[in-house]
Amino acid sequence: MSKFKKTLKKMMTHKMLYIMIVPCMIYTFIFSYYPLSGWIMAFQNYKPAKGYSGSKFVGLDQFMFLFEDLEFWRSVRNTLAMSLMNLVFGFIFAIVFALLLNEIKSLGFKRLTQTVSYLPHFLSWIIVCSLISNMLSTNDGAVNNLLMALGIIDKPVLWLGEQKYFWWITTFANIWKETGWNSIIYIAAIAGIDQSMYEAAELDGANRFQKMWHITLPGIRPTIVVLLIMNLGWVLNASFEVPYILGTGLLQDVSQTIDIFVLKYGMSIGNYSLATAAGIFKSVISLALVFTTNAIANKLGENSLM
Amino acid sequence: MKEKSGQKRFRRMNLEDIIFNSINGIIMIFVIVVMIYPFWNTIAVSFNDAQDTLRGGIKLWPRVFSTYSYKSVFKNNLMVTAAVNSVLRTVLATVLGVLVGSMIAYVLSRKELIGRKFITTYFLITMYISAGLIPTYFLIKDLHMLNSFAVYVVPGLVSVYNIIVIKSFMQSLPESLTEAAMVDGADHFRCYWQIVLPCCKPVLATIALWCAVGAWNQWFDTFLYCSSADNLTTLQYEMMKLLSSAMQSGRDLSSIYGNGQQVANTITPTSIRAAVTIVASVPILVVYPFMQKYFVKGVTLGATKE
Repeated sequence: MSKFKKTLKKMMTHKMLYIMIVPCMIYTFIFSYYPLSGWIMAFQNYKPAKGYSGSKFVGLDQFMFLFEDLEFWRSVRNTLAMSLMNLVFGFIFAIVFALLLNEIKSLGFKRLTQTVSYLPHFLSWIIVCSLISNMLSTNDGAVNNLLMALGIIDKPVLWLGEQKYFWWITTFANIWKETGWNSIIYIAAIAGIDQSMYEAAELDGANRFQKMWHITLPGIRPTIVVLLIMNLGWVLNASFEVPYILGTGLLQDVSQTIDIFVLKYGMSIGNYSLATAAGIFKSVISLALVFTTNAIANKLGENSLM
Repeated sequence: MKEKSGQKRFRRMNLEDIIFNSINGIIMIFVIVVMIYPFWNTIAVSFNDAQDTLRGGIKLWPRVFSTYSYKSVFKNNLMVTAAVNSVLRTVLATVLGVLVGSMIAYVLSRKELIGRKFITTYFLITMYISAGLIPTYFLIKDLHMLNSFAVYVVPGLVSVYNIIVIKSFMQSLPESLTEAAMVDGADHFRCYWQIVLPCCKPVLATIALWCAVGAWNQWFDTFLYCSSADNLTTLQYEMMKLLSSAMQSGRDLSSIYGNGQQVANTITPTSIRAAVTIVASVPILVVYPFMQKYFVKGVTLGATKE
C-alpha cells in the first residue's frame, strides 16, 4: 500500500509528463491499435452495410480461398522476389559505394559525390518512376541510345514492355534512389573505426583490399546487422510504388505485389474480407522476419534491436 | 637497409595507388552522371519547345528555349490548387510532426517517468505491426476524414522512427541541463520547451527535413482518400495522373508508330510532365544540400539506438 502511495506521489510530482504523453498514447491507440480490430473482417464475410456484428463469421474460409488462389501466390512470389533483390543489391551497392567513397582523397570531390548521391532519395517515387520511364523509353531514351551507340543492341528495346526485365528495373530503381542515402550510415561507421588499426596493418604490409576486408568490413559489421534487421521488417512494404506505377498492362503477372493485390481486391473490387486477409498474411510474414533476424543476431552476439 | 626496403614498398604502393585512385575516380564520376543525368535531362526538356522536343535529341541543353510548359502549368487552376495544397500540408505536417515527435521523445527520455519501459514499447510496437490498408481506410472513413484536408496532417503525426532519433539525441545531453530548472520549480513542459528543445536544434532540423520530404512527396493518401475532391489535389498526385495516363496510353508505342495526334498543339504530355517534375522536386532539392551536415548525424543516431 505504501509502495503504491509512493508511486502515486511520484507520479503527482511529475504529473506534467503524463499530461504530455497520455494524449499521444490515445492518439496512437486510435491510429495504430484500434484499426487492428478491423482484422475481424478477415474471418467474416464482411459487408459494410451490416458492420462487424451483422456480417457472417466464416472462420478461416477467406484464408483458405486465398491460399488456393493462383493470383495471390503470384503476388507473394513477386513481392518476395522484388523485396529480396532490393534488399541484397541495395545492401551490396551501399556498402561498396561507402568503401569506395572512403578511399577518395580529395575532400571536395568526396563531398560533391556524396551530395549528388543523396539527390534521388529526395525525389518522390512518382518522379523517380517518371524519370525511369523517360530513360528507358524506346523513343530517344538514354539507355537505348547508349546501348545502341556502344553497338550492344541494334534496335531500341521496349524495356517496360517485357516481363523478363521488370524485376531488374524495380531493383535498379531502388538502387538508384537509395544507394547514396543508405551509404550515409556506413560512411559514418567507417569514420568511427580506430585509425591505429590501419596503421598497424600497414606496418604488417597489408594492401588496400586486405585492409578493407580485415578491418573496415568487420568494423562496420554491427551496423550491417542492425540495418539488416530494421530493413527486413519493412522489406515487404518496399515493393509497392514502382510495380504499381510502372508495372501496368502486360507486366501485371510479374509486377502485382501483395500490396497491389490488397488495393485491387479491397478498393476496386470491394472484397474487403479477402483483401484484409491478404494484408494480415503480409503483416505476419513481416513480423516473423523481424523476430527471426533478431534472434539470429542475438545468437551471433550482435547487439539486437529489441 | 631497412629504410631502403621501406622506401621501395612505399614507391610500389604509390603506383598501385595511382591506378586504384584513377579507377575509383572514374567510378565516382560515373555515379555522379547516373544520379544527375535523368534529372538534368528533364530540366532541359522542360525548357525546350514542346514541338521541338518531339523530334528527339534533347540531352543536356534546350534546343529551342521556351518557358511555355511552365506557363501552362501555372495557368492551370488544378495545378495551382495542387501546389497550394502541397505547400500547406508540408508546412503543417512539418511543424506538428516536429512538435509532437520531440514532446514524446522528451517524455520517453525522462527517467522519472513511471512505466517508461512499457510506454516506450507501446510506441515501438506500432513500428512493426500495422493494421494494413483496408482497416486504416475504414478508420479514416469512420473519422469522417475522407475528402478532407485533415487526412493530410492527422494520420501521420506520430513517427516512431523520428521519436527514436530525437530521444537518442536528448539522452546525449548532460542531465545537469534540466536539473537546475527542476530544482527551481519549473515543470516538465517548461523544461521541454525552454531548455531541451533549444538544445535539440540540429536533430530537429533533420526531423523537419524528413517530415517535409515525406509530406511533400506523398501521393498515396490523395489517391486513396481524396481522389474525388479536386480542391484537395496535390502536386505529386497530379504528377501521378500525368504519368499513369502516359503509361496507359502506351506513350512508347505511340511514339514508335508516329506521334501524329499532338503535332498541332504547343504543349505535349512529355513537356508538361517534365515541367511538373521540376516544379514538384525543386523545392526539396534546393534545401537538402544545406541540411546535409544535420541529416547525416540524424541517420547515424537512428541506427545506433534501439
